[in-house]
Amino acid sequence: MNLPPKNYDEMVKRANPPSPVLRDCLWAFFVGGSICLLGEGLRQFYLMWYDKDLAGTLTSISLVFLSAVVTVPGWYQKLAAKAGAGTLVPITGFANSVVSPAVEFKAEGWVTGVGSKIFTIAGPVLAFGTLASWVWGLLYWAMNKF
Amino acid sequence: MNYVWAFVVGGLICVFGQLLIDYTKLTPARILTGYVVGGVILSAVGLYDPLAEFAGAGASVPLLGFGHLLAQGVMKAVDEIGLPGVFTGGLTAAAGGITASLVFALLAALVGKSKDQN
Repeated sequence: MNLPPKNYDEMVKRANPPSPVLRDCLWAFFVGGSICLLGEGLRQFYLMWYDKDLAGTLTSISLVFLSAVVTVPGWYQKLAAKAGAGTLVPITGFANSVVSPAVEFKAEGWVTGVGSKIFTIAGPVLAFGTLASWVWGLLYWAMNKF
Repeated sequence: MNYVWAFVVGGLICVFGQLLIDYTKLTPARILTGYVVGGVILSAVGLYDPLAEFAGAGASVPLLGFGHLLAQGVMKAVDEIGLPGVFTGGLTAAAGGITASLVFALLAALVGKSKDQN
């Protein structure tokens, strides 16, 4: 079959599956967006009784709890295989990174297994987050002082 | 409209993370650490608070919001008690989420059984 190159390009384009990056991003968008939507629902619910700060804290605690509940049977990890950053970036992903090794390393004991492995990802997150807030706090204090 | 913006902004923040996964060699630990530190910086320069007002949980649920919480907490504590607040403010504001993660993880270890991640 003799085809002009332009038609051939079009045929190739049609035969190829959509780019994996686009597919990954759509998954991340819809799953990540849905987790935030759930968070907004919880936040509006808590706002009926509490101020903004406390409602935010209660929303985080609730999402962490829900994440732990779906991490134990392995469902969160299954969703994460498709949703990528959509399940990693929300606070539920942080919770999953703490809960998952807690269950996984039980066999290695409560102190050297569970107790230390839960910080594999949470450790650097908390260490550098704390450092950044300390640096900013110091700057903010100095800015107000002088 | 609260809900629409929470969904869209939260989704877009996750898409940015997905692009980091697909186009760089960054591991999940590095991405989460970067998000929290990035959240502190965005909050410090005053960009994150307007987004949080506008998108609600769409801005506070992604880990950028965790950094925002650390930055807002340290400012509040410095306003109230001065220099010691530099040391207490950040983690005080974030204590709820951190404590929940650790406690629920240990309870999960009590009830959960390890198995293949497939």
